[in-house]
Amino acid sequence: MNKLVYWYHKLGSPPTFYRFAGVLRPWCLAIALILAVIGLYGGLYLAPADYQQGDAYRIIFIHVPSAWMSLFIYGVMAVAALVAVVWRMKMAEVIAMQSAPIGAAFTFITLCTGSLWGKPMWGTWWTWDARLTSELVLLFIYLGIIGLFHAFEDRRHGARAACFLILVGVVNLPIVHYSVVWWNTLHQGTTVRIFGKSNITTSMLWPLLVMMFSTKFYYAASLFGRARADLLDLESGKAWVKQIASDEEARS
Amino acid sequence: MHPTRKRRLIIVLLMVAAAAVAIGLTVFALQKNVTYLFSPTEVLNGKAPAHSPFRLGGVVKEHSIHRDPSSLKVDFVVTDRFHDMPVQYTGILPDLFRVGQSVIATGQMDGKHFKATEILAKHDSTYMPKEVADAIKKAEAAGRAKNAEHKTAAPAAPTQGGDAH
Repeated sequence: MNKLVYWYHKLGSPPTFYRFAGVLRPWCLAIALILAVIGLYGGLYLAPADYQQGDAYRIIFIHVPSAWMSLFIYGVMAVAALVAVVWRMKMAEVIAMQSAPIGAAFTFITLCTGSLWGKPMWGTWWTWDARLTSELVLLFIYLGIIGLFHAFEDRRHGARAACFLILVGVVNLPIVHYSVVWWNTLHQGTTVRIFGKSNITTSMLWPLLVMMFSTKFYYAASLFGRARADLLDLESGKAWVKQIASDEEARS
Repeated sequence: MHPTRKRRLIIVLLMVAAAAVAIGLTVFALQKNVTYLFSPTEVLNGKAPAHSPFRLGGVVKEHSIHRDPSSLKVDFVVTDRFHDMPVQYTGILPDLFRVGQSVIATGQMDGKHFKATEILAKHDSTYMPKEVADAIKKAEAAGRAKNAEHKTAAPAAPTQGGDAH
């Protein structure tokens, strides 16, 4: 069998994922913390002040990675939701549902830090421009997903309904990303580009990229922890969970 | 692929496509009705409402900012490089407000003046240290001086571009 297909099926089984996530989680958390320290030291201390904004621009080292994560996590959830809806894979439901609160948290951080920066720089806490509004809609979609999941008596029904909402909400992702191009917004356009030249000095760019990786690893660590706890709940009564429970009891 | 899975996949794809079309049409419809801002040229051509508030967008013109030393009153000129529009405002200006910056003023016409109730400054999405910005300005000024010199003396030699960033 193809190696990729093999791992897909292997990780789709709750006990294997539980063990796999348990091994990776501390490493992901450690890498995330180390990268965050490096990135914040580089961003808040080593990077020079901006020619226009002085030190106030330093909020981008939190704001921009959070904003990227708010979109990235939704993308992960959309793939998991597609697998969950079409192939009815239990593990994919868990990943999609347990990612939602993390994504909502990053979206909330993005909106708050943006607002804090917007008041002194733009002159307003909030304006109904396309980027800000679509990001707010993204937060509401996240909250809707979490709410819908918990509204059902049967959690697998809830997860399936919420997965449909995730898939419909995918429409918002390109709107968030391209809002600054399609409309005349107060929010500035893209600074960091994968293709072409970024409008940012290298000494300011590298801490931003380090923070980008840090938030990715944090997401992995957080997701693994949440998924493990959720699996124990979902599979309670199954032999492998009973085994873990009795092992824990024997240890204490 | 298993037929039930195939059916589910098709349903999901149709659903997403339908949502995309619905949102796309809504956005397209809104775009025709909602104008975020008017430029000074549009205002002078009578496109902006005369007696209700609207947003005026443009660049703060050089040497046009006058502050009242005893109050928060400030007046300046917003331009789109074709036409100018004098703006009056009382209040605290955002940090990014300066000559040459894009601003969005909310308010309404008061005779020939635009009386603003809110001034927002737009960020140009460029980040660099002050030293680099100064160096670029210096290089540009030097380039201009050199050009002027060459125009009077010799034919133009290649000048150093301001690509220092």
